[in-house]
Amino acid sequence: MDPRRPSRVIDPKVRKVGFFTPGPPPDRTRSGPATTTPTQSPISNSLSPVMIPPARHASDNLSRAVGVPVPVASQLHAHPPVDSLQVESYTPSDSVFTASPTRSPSSRIGLDGEFSEDSINWMKRSNSGRFAPALPDMKQSIETLIDESKGDVVEEPLQKNSKPLKAKTTKAERRALQEAQRAAKATAKVAEGNKSGATSGMSAPAQTSKPVKQPNQKKTGPPLASSTIVPEKKGGDKPPEKDRKKDMPPPRMQFDDKSRVEKAKKRSVTKQTEARNRVELFKHLPQYERGNQLFDLESKFFQLDHVHPAVYKVGLQFLAGDIMWSNTRCIAMLQALQKVIEDYSSPPEKTLARDLTAKINSSVSFLIECRPLSISMGNAIRFLKARIAKITLAQTESEAKTSLCSDIDRYINEKIVLADKVIVRHAVTKIRDGDVLLTYGSSSLVEMILLHAHELRRQFRVVVVDSRPNLEGQQLLRRLIEKGFSCTYTHINAISYIMHEVTRIFLGAASVLSNGTIYSTVGTACIAMVAHAHHVPVLVCCESYKFHERVQLDSICSNELGDPDAIAKVPGRTNNCLDDWAGKENLQLLNLAYDVTPSDYVSMIVTEYGMIPPTSVPVIVREYGREHLLI
Amino acid sequence: MDFQVVVLAGGSSKKLLPLVSKDVPKSLLPVANRPVLSYVLELLEQSNLKDLIVVVEGEDTDGLIENWISEAYVDRLHVQVAAVPEEVGTAGALRAITHHLTASDILVVSGDLVCDISPGAVAAAHRRHDAVVTAMFCSVPVTGPPESGSSGGKDKTKKPGCYNIVGLDLTEQFLLYIAAGMEVEKDIKVQKSILSAVGKMEIRADLMDAHLYAFKRSVLQEVLNQKQTFRSLKQDVLPYLVKTQLRSEILLNGAQAEENGNEKDAFSNNKVMLSQLLANASTPSFHELYALGPNGFAPAERKIHKCCVYLASKSKYCARLNSIQAFSDINRDVIGDASHISGCSFSVHNNVIHPSAVLGSKTTVGPQCMLGEGSQMGDKCSVKRSVIGRHCRIGSNVKVVNSVIMNHVTIGDGCSIQGSVISSNVQLQERAVLKDCQIGAGFVVTAGSEYKGESLARK
Repeated sequence: MDPRRPSRVIDPKVRKVGFFTPGPPPDRTRSGPATTTPTQSPISNSLSPVMIPPARHASDNLSRAVGVPVPVASQLHAHPPVDSLQVESYTPSDSVFTASPTRSPSSRIGLDGEFSEDSINWMKRSNSGRFAPALPDMKQSIETLIDESKGDVVEEPLQKNSKPLKAKTTKAERRALQEAQRAAKATAKVAEGNKSGATSGMSAPAQTSKPVKQPNQKKTGPPLASSTIVPEKKGGDKPPEKDRKKDMPPPRMQFDDKSRVEKAKKRSVTKQTEARNRVELFKHLPQYERGNQLFDLESKFFQLDHVHPAVYKVGLQFLAGDIMWSNTRCIAMLQALQKVIEDYSSPPEKTLARDLTAKINSSVSFLIECRPLSISMGNAIRFLKARIAKITLAQTESEAKTSLCSDIDRYINEKIVLADKVIVRHAVTKIRDGDVLLTYGSSSLVEMILLHAHELRRQFRVVVVDSRPNLEGQQLLRRLIEKGFSCTYTHINAISYIMHEVTRIFLGAASVLSNGTIYSTVGTACIAMVAHAHHVPVLVCCESYKFHERVQLDSICSNELGDPDAIAKVPGRTNNCLDDWAGKENLQLLNLAYDVTPSDYVSMIVTEYGMIPPTSVPVIVREYGREHLLI
Repeated sequence: MDFQVVVLAGGSSKKLLPLVSKDVPKSLLPVANRPVLSYVLELLEQSNLKDLIVVVEGEDTDGLIENWISEAYVDRLHVQVAAVPEEVGTAGALRAITHHLTASDILVVSGDLVCDISPGAVAAAHRRHDAVVTAMFCSVPVTGPPESGSSGGKDKTKKPGCYNIVGLDLTEQFLLYIAAGMEVEKDIKVQKSILSAVGKMEIRADLMDAHLYAFKRSVLQEVLNQKQTFRSLKQDVLPYLVKTQLRSEILLNGAQAEENGNEKDAFSNNKVMLSQLLANASTPSFHELYALGPNGFAPAERKIHKCCVYLASKSKYCARLNSIQAFSDINRDVIGDASHISGCSFSVHNNVIHPSAVLGSKTTVGPQCMLGEGSQMGDKCSVKRSVIGRHCRIGSNVKVVNSVIMNHVTIGDGCSIQGSVISSNVQLQERAVLKDCQIGAGFVVTAGSEYKGESLARK
């Protein structure tokens, strides 16, 4: 058993389930030293985040496991390792019910815990599925019990447990487990036809297959979310899981699916002409001809009655590229939504919470049409919707509106403005006299850090790396030079030459994903990799509200395509070689907006909660992100 | 969208004499047998703008226009007709109705505009830049082929360079300089501050002011209040706003100042930071750069406001009915090149002949012609590129080329009409020959008379 331990630690599935001591995660304690030594190689402190317990599970288990007596079939599958593991993980509670070497404190313990001993014994005696309708809310757990008593389905509970226990079982056991899974699948298939008859005894196996399947999906679900596969909703969901499902993003629209695109077009406000000559690999992302869209949107100004003027203005600015970066886009959007809420009055016979959510949804979908949302905006919208959902009927409309508006103000203030200030204070400690700092593009946060360091009279030099087509670095450069910085300006193609003299790199990010991946302006990955090769520490500055729990391994599945004309045209040149590129069949232009930097190339992420290694991102996401806590 | 629309339908213009009269104000002049005002109203209706204020000069014309609107648009538009005294000018007209204006932005449209450019585009550009004024400019309409162009009363309206001198920034979004062509004598004066702030300026003389403006209401009202002498939007208000855009005297941020006063210092500090964040992120226009001052630290924040332009694309049609030449040009274009504006369905021969019109034998009506309801034509007539109104009686052997004939006109046998405009109730006796003439309402042209390039009106 002991030699297996390490493997358990590495197994990512185990990590997700979270059957570990709920004490302070080692990662967090580790992050302390990491902050003091940011220059250390990123790999050396890439601690596996396995030991971090998902908070909810741990607490659930602890609070509820005590009363759980699931005695059935214990003798059939009493794996000594199983028990010992549980003793290990549930030390406080296990001692209470050692009499029944239970397997039930699995991930699904939530409802099992509510079982009374009576009902279970009673059911055991009856030995059939007839009671399912009588206790509908406990259906699932009952059904598992029924199955257990039936004998042939003994593997089911084992399978339930198998997730957390996997690493601990022997080879033979794992094999048995595999077979059990297969059997479960088979039964599920057989019973798929008569799913509806919940009362009949026949349906029992079908139903049982659900609770078996679901934990699997749950466990694999969150990491897969980015790859657009979201498990379809099932009827027998339990409350905590429902919550989790709500948080999950809806399946992303695939724009290479013709019929769906047609449908979406019908819904859309503006006429969207698909860009021509699209790159095959990126056809699943939306890409429209910008010029036409802008023109069309402009001329429809007065027809769009349902769009609030403030939202319209912001949308137009997104589309025209007047507002660019994720922070500012997020602020602009929130302020527009705030105006929507201020001007809102709920129609009679409708509750504010529902109608306002619909209103916000329509505003957001208008904004999406103008430009796909950034992750930070998605997070902000989720926060707002959660706030709206919390409004009770007891509140009057004006109360609700003022509370929502102040919530938005606080969100902007605490999540962005104050967070920026804290980050600046953290990051500035990393700037020493004589440093040569490199930054890419123009990040408002990095700019603030540089300015603050300048105010502290640190002596350093700044290298601003830029890239076409936006050339946003020039604006940063202009502001820095005005302040009297000593700067070097270069384009990204010269990065390997300039890297020799650089001592530190500060980058902004559009988002940080839970595997530590940095999702940022295209080109960031290149900078980070070159820096890694030259052993230059890379510090990514990002407010925690931009963190997202999804995992992305490449920049293909989810990205944003910019206007291809932007890269085809060279400003200031009258006749470009690519002027009529759209007419050339065998030419495709790709203007990617974002790329993904693997966490290996990032030394440290500076957030308002401190400086953390990329591996600690899940902690932030889980501890601070889920409930959208305000500071 | 929080926009209010004001249509300046004007009174009777001197330039259009003898076509306009007390009974036919300028905005009711027919273009392809519809009053010119209907083009504007329908353009607005297409854009879903149904609450309009129509401002009319003079009490008596007010009644005429109100009657016509209530008949034609009774259930389609909600129109409020306001009469203002004559000779107050466009600015004066707005000043007179200022208490009706409540929305945050005002769209001011001239009633003599014939175009197919969506006013929404102007409004959107206005909103996008948060401008105080946005003006629509279009390229000078391409007049028809030279021979037909010359046939109009060109010698009268011929004023070389009567278009505006317009200064734009390189992105063609901001208005830096404007002067009406008439005012420019030899040189134009451009402010140094604007020029140095923007760096490069493009001066164009090929743009026409379409007299479609979007104003920020608060600014417009303030300017009208402060400057009581301003009479015209185009000649006074717009140049004033353009000139002062970098040293704005109007109070834009009044509301903001109040907000900050109420809150605690720390919070307002954050607000400042927030606004700075927002300002840094968007690509700054030269206004913002200027407001920040040379080093980013302006001693006192300079007040600016933005004046924007919307340049209509060349493919769009846009013209103003402000001269006799324009009147015949528009009539020709609406049934010719820009026929989609007229709203009529053209026959296979590319003309519109009302079913109740009666044509004699061997009479030909060429392409790009329009024949109104109940008109009668004798034998062996020929009509080319002309508009003939309702209930006209035209004898035999009449030639009508490049002309506009309004309603209830009687034309005797053997007349020849070329390049002329004939108002309602005119009587042409036999064998009259008209070339490039304008004839006022109710005039009687005696038999056999011959006129060339004259304007005739009843004394």
